[in-house]
Amino acid sequence: MCLGIPGRIVELRDDGGFPMGVVDFGGVRREVCLSYVQADAAVGDYVIVHVGFAISKVDESEARRTFEVLREMSRLDELDWIGEVADAALAGQSAAPAPGGAP
Amino acid sequence: MKYLTEYRDATIALPLIERIKRTATRPWTLMEVCGGQTHTIVRQGLDELLEGAIEMIHGPGCPVCVTPLEQIDKALMLAARPEVIFTSFGDMLRVPGSDCDLQQVRARGGNVRVVYSPLDALEIARRNPDREVVFFAVGFETTAPANAMAVWRARELGVPNFTVLVSHVTVPPAISAIMQSPDNRVQGFLAAGHVCAVMGWTEYEPLAKRYRVPIVVTGFEPLDILEGMLMAVQQLEAGRHIVENQYVRSVRREGTPAARMRVEEVFELADRKWRGIGEIPMSGLRLRPEFAAFDAELKFGLGDVHVNEPAECHAGEVLTGKLKPPRCPAFGTRCTPERPLGALMVSAEGACAAYYHLAKYRGSGDSAAAGAVS
Ligand code: SF4
Repeated sequence: MCLGIPGRIVELRDDGGFPMGVVDFGGVRREVCLSYVQADAAVGDYVIVHVGFAISKVDESEARRTFEVLREMSRLDELDWIGEVADAALAGQSAAPAPGGAP
Repeated sequence: MKYLTEYRDATIALPLIERIKRTATRPWTLMEVCGGQTHTIVRQGLDELLEGAIEMIHGPGCPVCVTPLEQIDKALMLAARPEVIFTSFGDMLRVPGSDCDLQQVRARGGNVRVVYSPLDALEIARRNPDREVVFFAVGFETTAPANAMAVWRARELGVPNFTVLVSHVTVPPAISAIMQSPDNRVQGFLAAGHVCAVMGWTEYEPLAKRYRVPIVVTGFEPLDILEGMLMAVQQLEAGRHIVENQYVRSVRREGTPAARMRVEEVFELADRKWRGIGEIPMSGLRLRPEFAAFDAELKFGLGDVHVNEPAECHAGEVLTGKLKPPRCPAFGTRCTPERPLGALMVSAEGACAAYYHLAKYRGSGDSAAAGAVS
């Protein structure tokens, strides 16, 4: 129940002074209350939606930056990791297969 | 959405796991507070992949699991009343009360409806002025702003036939209770990102200091959780204990001020019982006296209900990390998602249900690192 789902605002609407909107979750669209993020939400922005309410905005540049940091961290480690897998394989143990992209 | 699939990237997950293993010079015990994170950890097999470096204890962060039996029984009483339309989030319908659950009350003719948002419950009340519409307001800080808004709107619009049965809990007192428990084993916390998206993390700072425990605000995707674990382990290895934020894309230190303000306007802190754990002082929210007209317990004179938790369910030990779900004698036999004995087997976010579904998930290869755990 605590999970919020990220979606993109596609429409803003004023329901008698109550800020509502339509948010697209990868093709599924739902009516969402935007009251809590009203001050800075615009069409095209990403928000985290929980039980019909946008509870925070998703900062796309931060999302990208974090991902880049993670990727860089992994890239630096990858050679060691592959080495370990190779060692394990040579020793005849079961080992993790080489990663094959996102599931 | 943009940058959602990226955070599930298995090619990055596996090296991150290796990095955590290399960083940990000894095994550390961390608790993820939120059931949503439990689900990701168990489903992706992160706990097994990190065996020897990190032991994950699954925390009490699932509202379906911790809603006290008394409140479930009150919900059942209200739902059985002929004049009442009882509304709830869907995952509360199968939580066992003392004798039955909401779904069974519905089968016997009770008017029980599932809503997606508390505003939908308010709308049902506006459309049915001759009925009493009660909404089951459960949840943590993430859900509180939505429920607070429904009550606030009901007063603004003058909807006299709308009330809420409140059973809200808050995370910081639970962290205190866990750290104060004499047999506590938790050395670091992954704090629930969406709770903090609303509340920020200022309340966590005195806790990190008082209990000398790292608290890392963490998101829900596999890479978020792995990075949160790495940040916690780095702190533990360096002997630091502060609040750090992994989930920067959605959480700011002050949270979402408009949501916090509405929660504070409508609710006040109160002692609250947690199912399986017992009472934790000032760990819940109740309606402020100004909103008493919307309190279902007062309107229907429910009073105190006394119940006994089923002795066979070990939920309390699971929720405090003393027992892993498969070690409960009822697990998978007398207690299954189809016929749950305790709430932890009901919600998808419940630790027992997460373990129960584990075999299925891993069998289908639907895992960031399925190959590595099979
Ligand atoms: S398996 Fe069932 S009975 Fe055992 S602790 Fe979990 S919910 Fe309770």
